[in-house]
Amino acid sequence: MLQKRIIVCLDVRDGKTTKGIKFKGNVDIGDPVQMAEEYYKQGVDELVFYDITASSEKRGIMIDLVSQVAEKIFIPFSVGGGIRTLEDMKKVILAGAEKVSVNSSAVLNPSIISEGAAHFGKQCIVVGMDVEADISKPSGYGIVINGGRKRVDLDAYEWAKKVEALGAGEIVLNSIDADGTKEGYELKLTRMISEGVGIPVIASGGAGTSQHLVDVFNKGKADAALIASMVHMDGYTVGGIKEYLKNRNIPVRI
Amino acid sequence: MGNRGDSLKVGIIDYDAGNLKSVETALKYLGAEYFVSSDPDRLLKSDKLIFPGVGEAYSSMEILKTRSLDIMLRDYFIKGNPILGICLGCQIVLDSSEERDTSCLGLVPGNSKEFSHNMGLKIPHMGWNQVKQSGQHYLFTDIPDNSSFYFVHSYYPEPSSPGTTIAKTDYGISFSSAFSMENLVAVQFHPEKSGPHGLKMLDNFIKPNWKGGQ
Repeated sequence: MLQKRIIVCLDVRDGKTTKGIKFKGNVDIGDPVQMAEEYYKQGVDELVFYDITASSEKRGIMIDLVSQVAEKIFIPFSVGGGIRTLEDMKKVILAGAEKVSVNSSAVLNPSIISEGAAHFGKQCIVVGMDVEADISKPSGYGIVINGGRKRVDLDAYEWAKKVEALGAGEIVLNSIDADGTKEGYELKLTRMISEGVGIPVIASGGAGTSQHLVDVFNKGKADAALIASMVHMDGYTVGGIKEYLKNRNIPVRI
Repeated sequence: MGNRGDSLKVGIIDYDAGNLKSVETALKYLGAEYFVSSDPDRLLKSDKLIFPGVGEAYSSMEILKTRSLDIMLRDYFIKGNPILGICLGCQIVLDSSEERDTSCLGLVPGNSKEFSHNMGLKIPHMGWNQVKQSGQHYLFTDIPDNSSFYFVHSYYPEPSSPGTTIAKTDYGISFSSAFSMENLVAVQFHPEKSGPHGLKMLDNFIKPNWKGGQ
């Protein structure tokens, strides 16, 4: 049976894993390569590295980091943040990442999805969607870009169908409303998108307890769940979360 | 390039089919002596051959033919040294693929079929799935039955002789996720991306004492 994936996300700034803390901005919490190795040992199914480096001249650091990670961990991982062109994609793929993730750049230039899929294969192209509730949209949800700062005129459901048609291999569905609350994933949104497309959907935003992952798999119908602060800051381990899921009959790789 | 005194030279076929980097880094990690090449003569001289690949069957076959790598693979198979096909490399060793009706290498009887879109399953089959071993094969030495491996594919291999299957996986249907014929073994999943069990499998393949077969 295909198992539900637990994916750990590491936000990377200037080569360090960072975490946004309310009122404090971003705080460095460790070395991404060491953290990746630790989660690999704990049995994580996949990793996501999200480059939030502000300055373009420091972007090379991320490529070095991808190469280092590729030599130490032998599971799939994707890289996102600041990827706008085929050349950007090629750099991270050649450095050893399986997948590249596009978000705002895909909203601004949807053809990057089809071009990326044609060049590297659909399985390489992950589309990240930042979504927030918006009653003016037919599905009740709209798309935001630039890390949740800017609303665009796109319905979340329509956009999900469109990225699938353009050749996305997977969708990372991030709820801006749930993100950082630790009160659980946005189940209604996750279910709507996951049942509406024929490609895997990775739920993101809101995980605070292992039960939240059970809910997003059972009720949200997600194919994978993204976690960050639970394991970075709150003392959970990937192994512990998986044990909890297994005991509740969610198929996971132990 | 790594080196381990007792190991043999492993050739990795480069035919522009996806990223070879992960196979390469896994072999490096295991301390194997390996080289990556698209030169048929050089590859033919390797002690063991890895045929990786992610991509589309038709264009990959075209590239193999352009570089005479199709002939090299047939010669290598006849020569009898061990070959490991991974993912697309596992499908291309069969007679044909439903992916753009491609005529393939025909080293092992059978073909590759597309997963039905009517089963309510997401395609590609992407993620970790269990691999159920049918009997004992050297490739699975010290790998527990039903261990999970990482899969990414929309077509699945169907070798026509049932005796060739060495492991099966369920995704809507039960398909042959690993098969073996004479000196050739082929796996649909990605051992290079399947954590410790995957590394163990690659190590089993590159071990000097295994000459192919069961």
